[in-house]
Amino acid sequence: MPDPEGAPPARRPALVAVALALIPLTAMCFTVPLWDRIDPMPLGLPFNLFWLICWIVLTPLLMWGAYRIEARRHRPDGSDP
Amino acid sequence: MSAAAIALTTIVAIVALGTTVGFVAGARVKMDLEQWTVGGRGFGVVLVFLLMAGEVYTTFAFLGASGWAYSRGGPTLYVLAYLTLAYVVSFFVLPQLWELGRRHGLQTQSDFFRMRYGNRWLAGFVCIVGIASFVPYLQLQITGIGIIASVASYGDIGRTPAMAVAVALLVAFVFASGVRAVAWVSVVKDALMVFAAIAIGIGVPLMHFGGTRAMFAALVHTHAAHLTMPGATANLGHGWFISTVLLTSFGFYMWPHAFGATFTARSADTLRRNAVVMPLYTLTLAFIFFAGFAAVLIVPGLANGDLAMLTVVRQSFPPWFLGVVGGAGALTAMVPASIFILTAATLFAKNLYRPLFAPTMSDQGVARLARATVVVMGLISLGLAIYSSTTLVSLLLTGYAGVTQFFPGVLLGLYSRRVTAPAVFAGMIVGVVTAVFLMLTHHDPLFGVSAGFLALCLNFLVTISTMLLTRRPT
Repeated sequence: MPDPEGAPPARRPALVAVALALIPLTAMCFTVPLWDRIDPMPLGLPFNLFWLICWIVLTPLLMWGAYRIEARRHRPDGSDP
Repeated sequence: MSAAAIALTTIVAIVALGTTVGFVAGARVKMDLEQWTVGGRGFGVVLVFLLMAGEVYTTFAFLGASGWAYSRGGPTLYVLAYLTLAYVVSFFVLPQLWELGRRHGLQTQSDFFRMRYGNRWLAGFVCIVGIASFVPYLQLQITGIGIIASVASYGDIGRTPAMAVAVALLVAFVFASGVRAVAWVSVVKDALMVFAAIAIGIGVPLMHFGGTRAMFAALVHTHAAHLTMPGATANLGHGWFISTVLLTSFGFYMWPHAFGATFTARSADTLRRNAVVMPLYTLTLAFIFFAGFAAVLIVPGLANGDLAMLTVVRQSFPPWFLGVVGGAGALTAMVPASIFILTAATLFAKNLYRPLFAPTMSDQGVARLARATVVVMGLISLGLAIYSSTTLVSLLLTGYAGVTQFFPGVLLGLYSRRVTAPAVFAGMIVGVVTAVFLMLTHHDPLFGVSAGFLALCLNFLVTISTMLLTRRPT
């Protein structure tokens, strides 16, 4: 059923959570010209492959921080915006 | 028993085991439309994780990513970046979407657009673009099954009969069991796939070179340019990487099935936790990359890169192991393919046919029509898989160019009060038309930037400017 007022939009995320999310986005995407090379080869891996594998592991740590912030904001009042 | 017989028997046994698990899971629950499509909205962290991982790690990850690592080289690294960043994006979209879903009883992506924008033509358009984008993705899975059968049988079984059998099995499976079955088959499939990926990623370099380090040292020595962008391609450089990573990580949850999987979750918090842990699953793909790169040195000169991984496995391991890998690969194609078919059928029956042609149809009637559509979808994708030959990655990127055009409507729909139906509709039409035009005229990438991404930018631009022009005076 169409809602005349439109559905109420979701509550905007905390700025800190967005900032945390921008870190992996910058590291894995926008900065590619800086890390797309073969040397040095840590653990014997080409540097670009090594760099991405590192960020696969680091991203959940950063997002865990974002989770702590968002979960706290959504819990007390039954999470309805 | 011949090598081919051993490999094929193992594959059949694994597929049978996986399918049985699915049927058993489906048989326990009474199926109505809500059960069939969103599993009664009661999946916890573990089942949602399995369902989402189940539909994400498709034959594309298994054969397509290693195939591109083999044939294209460096540009393939986009897969590691986008699969990680897609979950980061999802953290800000899915929990919010789930809240709306619970409040308004949403089951599908089209439901969201209908509810949020109150326009049935927009909702219908979303259905059509979604179903059309599934076609190349489904074709990818079925092509994958054909490749597995022909490599594992050492060329004895043709691709076409193998694909036909797979489609028949698939249709029977979806028909009988719905979304819950699919989540449980994912358990078998993912366990096997992680095992196979790690065994291959470590085993192949070890057997042929004495280790990963030595393998990469040898590659750097002979194929240094292959390992960085643009690798073995002419135009897939850094601009392509950035635009493709953005396109695919924004588009990832715009796939109607991934979008719909949101509504199976028990709570918004389930989805938030999932977004945090899911990137770790991407590590599996790093091992698949090792195998793809090793293949450059072990089996050079294959005409079709998508065969690379299985060919290396066949050369390095005993036949039973080729069977395990093949079985994992077959389930890896069938699980997502069943989800795609299930989603497309539900969209067609519930969101396209009923609202536009048969407004009085009952929920049971919709469920029956959806099941009939399953058969039709299976046949269409089989037909296309038989008559076309494109690399698996290209098929995937074609679908992405379509579904990502939903992103502005979803993002603004969640976070902006001012966005209107005409704005989203106009943007989406411009985006879809641009993407289709650039791809059909072979302008992808255009000036080194992914065509789908250019279409997405235009889409955003048109949506926002129309929104500002059509704003209601207050």
